[in-house]
Amino acid sequence: MTIHQMPADDTKPAYNYAYLDEQTKRMIRRALLKAVAVPGYQVPFGSREMPLARGWGTGGIQITAAIIGPADTLKVIDQGADDTTNAVSIRKFFERTADARTCEATDEATIIQTRHRIPEAPLKPGQVMVYQVPMPEPLRRLEPREAETRKMHAWAEYGLMQVKLYEDIARYGEITKTYDYPVKVNGRYVMAPSPIPKFDNPKMHMSPSLQLFGAGREKRIYALPPYTSVRSLDFEDHPFRIQSWKQPCGLCGAADSYLDEVVIDDQGGRMFVCSDSHYCETRRAEGHRGAMLGDAAASGLVEETTP
Amino acid sequence: MYVAVKGGEAAILATHDLVAEARRGNPAVPEISVAQIREQQALACARVMNEGSLYDQDLAALALKQAQGDVIEAAFLMRAYRTTLPRFGSSEPLDTAAMAIRRRVSATYKDLPGGQVLGPTYDYTHRLFDFALMDEGGEAAPRKAAAPLDATMPRVPDILGAEGLMEAEEPPEGDPRPFDLTRDPVSFPADRDVRLQSMARGDEGFLLGLGYSVQRGFGGTHPFVGEVRVGEVAVEFVPEELGFAIDLGDITLTECQMVNQFQGSKDVPPQFTRGYGLVFGHSERKAMSMSLVDRALKARDFGEATNYPAQQDEFVLYHADNVEAAGFVEHLKLPHYVDFQGELELIRRIRREREERLAQEQEAMPEAAE
Repeated sequence: MTIHQMPADDTKPAYNYAYLDEQTKRMIRRALLKAVAVPGYQVPFGSREMPLARGWGTGGIQITAAIIGPADTLKVIDQGADDTTNAVSIRKFFERTADARTCEATDEATIIQTRHRIPEAPLKPGQVMVYQVPMPEPLRRLEPREAETRKMHAWAEYGLMQVKLYEDIARYGEITKTYDYPVKVNGRYVMAPSPIPKFDNPKMHMSPSLQLFGAGREKRIYALPPYTSVRSLDFEDHPFRIQSWKQPCGLCGAADSYLDEVVIDDQGGRMFVCSDSHYCETRRAEGHRGAMLGDAAASGLVEETTP
Repeated sequence: MYVAVKGGEAAILATHDLVAEARRGNPAVPEISVAQIREQQALACARVMNEGSLYDQDLAALALKQAQGDVIEAAFLMRAYRTTLPRFGSSEPLDTAAMAIRRRVSATYKDLPGGQVLGPTYDYTHRLFDFALMDEGGEAAPRKAAAPLDATMPRVPDILGAEGLMEAEEPPEGDPRPFDLTRDPVSFPADRDVRLQSMARGDEGFLLGLGYSVQRGFGGTHPFVGEVRVGEVAVEFVPEELGFAIDLGDITLTECQMVNQFQGSKDVPPQFTRGYGLVFGHSERKAMSMSLVDRALKARDFGEATNYPAQQDEFVLYHADNVEAAGFVEHLKLPHYVDFQGELELIRRIRREREERLAQEQEAMPEAAE
């Protein structure tokens, strides 16, 4: 039935629940099942043309649309924050098409769709992470042809990647990949974790949550079932390490979170704040105060509310 | 307590109002109607129908209106709508030999059955402004030909084919239903149905550039335009419950068949090879570009080297899709500050470590600095 013809209460045109038709959802769920069965393997799927632009999360949106139900609570983040433009847009899409209950609290969400971050708060069993993936193929920058990279995965031929990482060390003294840092899944497939900072890679390892990855433009789905081994590629003498900062979050004082740099003046002034906006707010609500919280209120970054 | 300031949502909604205002332009100027766009911007509508993969002139005109004339944005609107439409079946194969011809030219023969039909074209105009178009009210009154055109016009490759000089087009084993790249993921090497389908919806500019590259030497194609024809073709469909074909209506198509240098082998005598292009509406440039690239992509089938971009199916098919390409290029506008912070942290550390190392070396060899 087309949107012209679909009857609704007020005879206005309507889309199916969560936009996608049920046949398409079934097709995506089949791809998801295969992906879960072979962790880290990229399953081709009949990615649909979505009303949002390719490269703007259509893979993640299709996965969420295929798994969301009325009982779910959806959190959408981009760069760790709930209020970034793309996160707002995708959240509104599901509020509109699936009448979705949405939230910002990580522990209340049953589905968390994300671009570029994993929340700081540990995930729980039963939660589903949906990652938006631009380039699902970790070997693509080394070999542009899909016909070749599929063979390399089939043969577990990952020498090219090791050489690339080695060349980084030879040239710069360390591996220079800071995000989308390649991982080996379940001892078998090398996988692109999506462009999350490598800071987040350890959170994938043995996570109790189900992690689903959707690349709409590239038409690939892959997955990490709960409690799957995810090892960031490294060398014995150059072990994997994550980013660190010299100061804690300027707003909530957290020393264990990924920080964004905010330029506050043109005199070289910088403030470092949590990228996970909900984590930061929760900590502030608990009474944690960063060194620059007052300044941030003055510059309009946060607002002081009276209880 | 402090909470983060969230202006994002209101700002996003405001952009919708602002773009509506920008679309309307000066309200003192009358609003353009969809019918005006459909009738008077038909070539733009054709491009939107091609790249949007949906033959609907009214929707194409609406898409152009809504997109302020941005063709790729309009194609995107068409596709996002098309994806929600049900597939109730496949039409019967179209017979372009039975096309109601508006234009038909061949470069390979001076004259041929049916004749050269020049039709509506800019080919023989001088590109001088017609300033009279600044005013409204101009009406054209073309003269009627003395005699009607032939009812059927043989296609040039068929004329060559009758002599055995043209590579035959055989349906694949069992004549399976063509692949639908909007429903299933493409794998490589891609078959010809996938390649043609992808090019038919591909970006005109991209295919034009690739076709041009082949002509200039980045590929070994030296074609002749066997024929370009434009006109209306009936679309027929056989409903299961009826068991016979019914006419769904006519669509305007442009078909181009290029005659390329011959190929032969020990077993097959030399034959010309074919490049094929078929697109919606009057779109000669697109159909010609497509047929150039179609032939280039046959390189592998003919055992030719595939050294150039236009000969590589992965390169052509992945990058011809302008809606996908535009989405991915333009997604760079989205916030990337988390990843950028990772890069900042790294580059600052590498530079700091380098300075420390240089300083140590300086201390160790003070005389070298002098």
